[in-house]
Amino acid sequence: MTDAQIRIVRAIQAGLPLSEAPFDEIAERAGVSLDELLARLREWQADGTIRRFGAILKHHNAGYAANAMVAWNVPENAIEAFAHIATSLRSVSHCYQRPRFEGFEYNLYTMIHGKRREDCEAAAAGIADRTGITDYRMLYTTAEFKKSSPVYFASTDESG
Amino acid sequence: MDDIDRRLLNTIQSDFPINERPYDVLGERLGMSPDEALSRVRALVDAGIIRKLGASFDTRRLEHVSALVAAKVRPDRLEEAARIVSEYPEVTHNYGRDFEYNLWFTLVCESDGRLDALIEEIESKAGILSIHKLPAQRLFKIKVDFEF
Repeated sequence: MTDAQIRIVRAIQAGLPLSEAPFDEIAERAGVSLDELLARLREWQADGTIRRFGAILKHHNAGYAANAMVAWNVPENAIEAFAHIATSLRSVSHCYQRPRFEGFEYNLYTMIHGKRREDCEAAAAGIADRTGITDYRMLYTTAEFKKSSPVYFASTDESG
Repeated sequence: MDDIDRRLLNTIQSDFPINERPYDVLGERLGMSPDEALSRVRALVDAGIIRKLGASFDTRRLEHVSALVAAKVRPDRLEEAARIVSEYPEVTHNYGRDFEYNLWFTLVCESDGRLDALIEEIESKAGILSIHKLPAQRLFKIKVDFEF
């Protein structure tokens, strides 16, 4: 990435100010023109460098109080089919394949959100039903110690 | 939160206008004045419903690496270990979970070498009994939109 691109990431990663022309301030912070900033952000949105541009919500306060990380033991040859079904559900926000480890034979991870715990349980049971993958483990959140956005280019940031 | 707020949230969760005057565009889309659009967004931030307005980047496209980490700590030491883990700016999420591996956190940083060094440092500083690095091997979905 170019220096200007890194400056744009640093300038925008903490979020937009609440003002009528929020991108003016970001452009100034990044040391680029407003046109350059807007063009770059649109390009990044189009090519997927920016996955999403918008409001990030606090789920607790938005009526989705329950969430469970559900880990599944899926045979290699069934991963595609499992993921296809799991990701089609609105209640599933994330789905990753991760390595198994000793004593934990689960390799697919889904984050399931619901208004109540029972909603998460029903969603997981539904996935098991439709995929035939019945070996899974629900890991409920007992405490949220930290939830923040990544800080990119942190270690080389000299701009403050 | 009224119906107009719900419509506003549904719109701006994934499609906030990248525009010189974004609230003019939003107001037009939702049939309200730019001032009303901005003041409603401000109220949703003040109420703690919106955490942040801005970009969610693809970590890998920014040439960063990330991993989920599963850690086992003594239950009576969980809070203290969690506090130490959360202090690292590279740690983005950190949760207690109802399992033998009772502390799960995610790290984002600039290289694999740095990631491994951080995990090693955290393991010794936070008194972790057993730890596993679980980088995503494949990503099938990442989406956090909700319907209101």
